[in-house]
Amino acid sequence: MSYSDKVLDHYNNPRNVGSFAKDDPSVGTGVVGAPECGDVMKLQLRISDDGVIEDAKFKTFGCGSAIASSSYVTELVKGKKIDEAMAIKNTVIVKELNLPPVKIHCSVLAEDAIKAAITDWKKRKGDTREAAAAEPAKAHKG
Amino acid sequence: MVKTPIYMDNHATTPCDRRVLDAMLPYFTDKFGNAASRNHSFGWEAEEGVDKARNQIANLVGAKSKEIVFTSGATESDNLAIKGIVEFYKDKGNHIITCVTEHKAVLDSCRALERQGKATVTYLPVDKYGMVDPDAVRRAITDKTVLISIMYANNEIGTIHPIAEIGKIAKEKGVVFHCDAVQAVGKIPVDVEKDGIDLLAMSGHKIYGPKGVGALYVRSKGPRVRLTPIIDGGGHERGMRSGTLNVTGIVGFGAACEIAGHEMAAEAARLTELRNRLQAGIFERLDEVYVNGHPTERLPGNLNVSFAYVEGESLLMGISDIAVSSGSACTSATLEPSYVIRALGINEELAHSSIRFGIGRFNTAEEVDYVSERVSKEVKRLREMSPLYEMAKDGVDLKSVQWKS
Ligand SMILES: Cc1ncc(COP(=O)(O)O)c(C=O)c1O
Repeated sequence: MSYSDKVLDHYNNPRNVGSFAKDDPSVGTGVVGAPECGDVMKLQLRISDDGVIEDAKFKTFGCGSAIASSSYVTELVKGKKIDEAMAIKNTVIVKELNLPPVKIHCSVLAEDAIKAAITDWKKRKGDTREAAAAEPAKAHKG
Repeated sequence: MVKTPIYMDNHATTPCDRRVLDAMLPYFTDKFGNAASRNHSFGWEAEEGVDKARNQIANLVGAKSKEIVFTSGATESDNLAIKGIVEFYKDKGNHIITCVTEHKAVLDSCRALERQGKATVTYLPVDKYGMVDPDAVRRAITDKTVLISIMYANNEIGTIHPIAEIGKIAKEKGVVFHCDAVQAVGKIPVDVEKDGIDLLAMSGHKIYGPKGVGALYVRSKGPRVRLTPIIDGGGHERGMRSGTLNVTGIVGFGAACEIAGHEMAAEAARLTELRNRLQAGIFERLDEVYVNGHPTERLPGNLNVSFAYVEGESLLMGISDIAVSSGSACTSATLEPSYVIRALGINEELAHSSIRFGIGRFNTAEEVDYVSERVSKEVKRLREMSPLYEMAKDGVDLKSVQWKS
């Protein structure tokens, strides 16, 4: 199989590889895929209180197209509101990276990763607010 | 500096040896006759070339020259052996015994017969090294068994099966024994008498000969094995395989066998050393690498390893100046990782992480060193990018994770 120039570029120079601290409340983490299927993507988004994606990082186990899809997604979501990011369709990724039909599942996984990361952030936000409400004393512990 | 790209995929195919090419060339031009033309010198000349090749091939595997049937390659040889036997012995029985790690040419021939209702097939499992148990072969034999088909050595993991033992059992039970020996012939000693083989599939392009030519050895005595042809026509090859002979290909195949016979001992020793050097080079640079296949009963030039936490195709992409192959799903159309690696019972992730190195006649120690360094560097880069590596380093047991896929 030959790869598009864009896939090669993301593979050779992946953008935003890495991890944020998992317990940072402003970070949402999405892990999708499974090792036995040959793809696992971890996408982390740092999201401001008003719901703007400020930063993104990824780590991916998978083929070159899976790595490229997640690398591209980190660029794509930065600066977007979470509603906009939730609306991103895998077809955008397919088009940008010129993915062949057998690699479309990589773009689907990347779309799922965005949704999973935002969902995680919302949940954690909700949790911390609830936790804060339930345990006001905690704030004073320092 | 080594010259790139480096070819290290010699189980897929091999380059034609210069000496083989030289033997072939006259048969394209001056000696272009049809080996079946009995009434002029052009035909005789071509037939002489074919006869010589038949001898060279027979010699390499301990057969008689008249027992060699030329085909278009081992895929055809496997088809002819399996379908030809099942058809010919259909009044005796319809049961085939084979194993799960066979080449598709064998497995899909068996499946075709099952679909057509012409055979029932037992697919024997293999152990963690990819080896079939001769006792399991024995136990699988019924009074309906007409064929045992077990390969000599596996094309992905290099494991060499206990062929002589299986041959003995087949003989004892009076069952025809077919052996796909594509990866073994010319690499390790193969002897149809000592090994008790009745049918043997071979291919030219895996032993530094040309593509599109192969042979099936068909035992003529003790017992005489009969089969129904799958290609009908002019009755060439004693009626077992019609079609004008591929004289140039056959001459090249013969020359390749003769060279392989002369050089086998020295070449096997050299390739084993290079293989060990490659393995050592990788293992000293990386942790969590696992060899797939048998530790000792293995083809000389074969090394199949899984690089944990790194997906095989992405690794191939990173080492694009090195030609090797991967058991990763992504290199197959089915999106399933190699059925051979999965048959070893290792975890699926490691099946996706496997790379096959096939060291051959024209590889050098410098190339091996380049490859181990280059591969190790790329594995390290990809591990830094791998969420699985990160989790494993954080002490997460990957098996305990609930994956959402
Ligand atoms: C074990 C085995 N059997 C059969 C074949 C098919 O051989 P050919 O390419 O000559 O059809 C191959 C080669 O891919 C092989 O490795």
